[in-house]
Amino acid sequence: MTTKIKIEDLNVYFRETHAVKNVSLDIPQNRVTAIIGPSGCGKSTILRSINRMHDMIPTARVTGRIILDSTDIYDRTSSPVLIRRRVGMVFQKPNPFPAMTIYDNVIAGYKLSGRLNRADADEIVESSLKRVALWDEVKDRLRRNAMDLSGGQQQRLCIARTIAVKPDVILMDEPASALDPLSTLKIEELIEELKDKYTIVIVTHNMQQAARVSDNTAFFYLGELVEAGGTRKIFTNPEKKQTEDYITGRFG
Amino acid sequence: MNGMRVRSLKNAGMMLLMGLATFIVLTPLIMIFFHIVKMGAGSINLDFFIQIPSPPGESGGGMANGMVGSVILILMASVIGIPTGIFGALYLSEYEGNRLASVIRFCADVLSGVPSIITGLVAYTLIVVPMHGFSAIAGAVALGLIMIPIVLRTTEEQLKMVPGTLREASLALGVPFWRTTLQVTLRSGLKGIITGILLSIARVAGETAPLLFTSLGNHFWSKKITEPMAALPLQIFNFAIAPYEDWHRLAWGGALVLVVVMFGVSLTARWFNRDRSIG
Amino acid sequence: MSHEEHIQDSGFAGSFNGDRIFKGITLGFAFSVILVLLLMVAGMAHESLPALRQFGWKFVSGSDWDAVQGNFGALPFIWGSIVSSLLALAVATPLSVGTALFITELAPRKLGGAIASLVELLAAIPSVIYGLWGVLVMAPWLQQTVEPFLMEHFGFLPFFRGAPYGVGMLAAVFIIMIMIIPIVTSITKEVLLAVPLSQKEAAIALGATKWEMIRMAVLPYGRSGILGAVILGLGRAIGETMAVTMVIGNTPQISLSLLAPAYTMPSVIANEFAEASSKLHSAALMEIGLILLVITLIINIAARLLIWGVTRQQSSGGRK
Repeated sequence: MTTKIKIEDLNVYFRETHAVKNVSLDIPQNRVTAIIGPSGCGKSTILRSINRMHDMIPTARVTGRIILDSTDIYDRTSSPVLIRRRVGMVFQKPNPFPAMTIYDNVIAGYKLSGRLNRADADEIVESSLKRVALWDEVKDRLRRNAMDLSGGQQQRLCIARTIAVKPDVILMDEPASALDPLSTLKIEELIEELKDKYTIVIVTHNMQQAARVSDNTAFFYLGELVEAGGTRKIFTNPEKKQTEDYITGRFG
Repeated sequence: MNGMRVRSLKNAGMMLLMGLATFIVLTPLIMIFFHIVKMGAGSINLDFFIQIPSPPGESGGGMANGMVGSVILILMASVIGIPTGIFGALYLSEYEGNRLASVIRFCADVLSGVPSIITGLVAYTLIVVPMHGFSAIAGAVALGLIMIPIVLRTTEEQLKMVPGTLREASLALGVPFWRTTLQVTLRSGLKGIITGILLSIARVAGETAPLLFTSLGNHFWSKKITEPMAALPLQIFNFAIAPYEDWHRLAWGGALVLVVVMFGVSLTARWFNRDRSIG
Repeated sequence: MSHEEHIQDSGFAGSFNGDRIFKGITLGFAFSVILVLLLMVAGMAHESLPALRQFGWKFVSGSDWDAVQGNFGALPFIWGSIVSSLLALAVATPLSVGTALFITELAPRKLGGAIASLVELLAAIPSVIYGLWGVLVMAPWLQQTVEPFLMEHFGFLPFFRGAPYGVGMLAAVFIIMIMIIPIVTSITKEVLLAVPLSQKEAAIALGATKWEMIRMAVLPYGRSGILGAVILGLGRAIGETMAVTMVIGNTPQISLSLLAPAYTMPSVIANEFAEASSKLHSAALMEIGLILLVITLIINIAARLLIWGVTRQQSSGGRK
């Protein structure tokens, strides 16, 4: 099993707060890795450091290394823009661009940073929407505003938008927490299907979800990595007491 | 209970005073409105829109040169005021949190409180003196300077309302920050920004003082922007204080046109911004 | 598939530079605001140097204004500006606060909203139109009705002596008052709306009448905000140019009588600057502008600081 992302000694600070402490973790290629833990444990912070979203926050400081294939994401010569092309992200709340149509949302990554010829665009839209099983639902109204879609459809549109730019890695920050159970189910099925082409890292507070969709699981507590390993092992036979307590619902 | 009676009497008295204050406040304001409509409507005809003012003592004539002049002055002022306001606002909202941004924000607020006649004096020193003469350009600069803080602050307010999740979505697609700002953030706030621009135009359309010694005014058509140019509010001023009945009539007509245009622009702005929901 | 090429095409290899350039450009535009403010003060100070050198402090204490002789003392204008603004503010403040209270606390929601929009609409009417109405409608009314009445019944006071001109200090006070009421009312209304419901409920729960609630909970809470609104109104009043120029009579004299014509700082600039006969004359007018600028800057900074304080509270307190 190849390692896609290698996190080494990662620390993240916001002003004086030490949000992520000395985390080292290997994320395997073409697998789903779940990050779990009680709220405030730094799950999202770790996820966002993988595509340098913290660059936006002036008070945030990141130390350590994150190696994607063979490039250090935080090396001075790495461009955050190119990193984010390779590492896409899906957010907690569906956030399609409100001023754009469904069609334009899918190719937003191209539109916003340059030009794209019409034939290519059509093809990308179709294949991306098919990939997220949204094509049949929206193919007749591609020119409608994206805000007309339901929450679950919007989230799948956001995933289509992410895969349209052909990333290697998709980060998902509680992608189903704002959705109804049926939509959640569809997202979970989608994750299962996407992993043959992409490496997926998903943050979730829902342990059943982690158990259902992931191959590997990493449990965090108060900014520290407590335990990581195969999902089956973590959920059935954890090594650490803290992990067991959390899994069995004794705290958090 | 006696105390209670005194208290409720006092309460009623105070409520009455508030109602009275409102009445006193509204009366002159409504009268002004009434007079503008009544006097203005009587003096507006086709000539008013296509003729230049007739010489004193002659009846007829219109304010066409003033209206066209105002439009030209506002267009030129927009070239200065709108880009400066919008790009400045992008800095304030997208790089907020740094000390310089708060200083600039504060200066913009202070600037918007500077009397417009002072802005006219500044445009005089900056443009009229070096160019050796009054000109439409100088007037446009004065109006443009007035527009800057208005556009800047309204745009900043709008940009702040754009949800951060949209910026993040774009960045996560690998779109550079500057493109994200221009194509996602600015675009999402566009409606509100246009509203702000319209309001700033409505505001400078009625400005008179800054034009007195910059654009100066002109009884005839201006052919160049390096020459003095007529403007509607300047004409209203000059005609109102002149001793000729016919010019007073023109002034009322001009006032009605100006008010209708300004209210029209304001209402358009409000209508444009009627649903402010973003995302 | 050629997606990779598209990505290369879009030319964001140099995007880091793009961001830096973008920041530079926006900063440049934003910074121009500071620049304009500095330029204002510096430019006007420079242009008024001849008058500053010639007259020194006597400029603000002298009351002789004679362009032919080259004597320039600005006291009548400073006097006129201060008296007209303060009198107008003294009348406008209680009226504005009363109206704002009526809108927020007393009137049914719809009526209050209608009055508020009307007031806001009227705040947008340009000064020159207030002046037009002032000189053609209000001044004749003052001359024929109000001033004779005042002279007959209060003529023993020094404030109401002289002939009824119509135009003069009284007309200026009236027109300034009418013009600043909408702005003071609007801001006061915003401030009052920011008073948290819990404050009002606390007062009502103690058995307060509506007025007692206003006095106990609403006014104290909004005090600094209302003060800010009033100071901002003062800034408007003192810089008010066109309408005042049209009704004040434009005579540089210091008189106790409200019926007498007077002059203000912005008015003299408006009337004389374009036709200033000598370098010294323009410099004297520039210096008046400079004094006006400094006064309004101080007023505005004070008002902004007060209103900023209130807005900061707002983020924690509830707004409707």
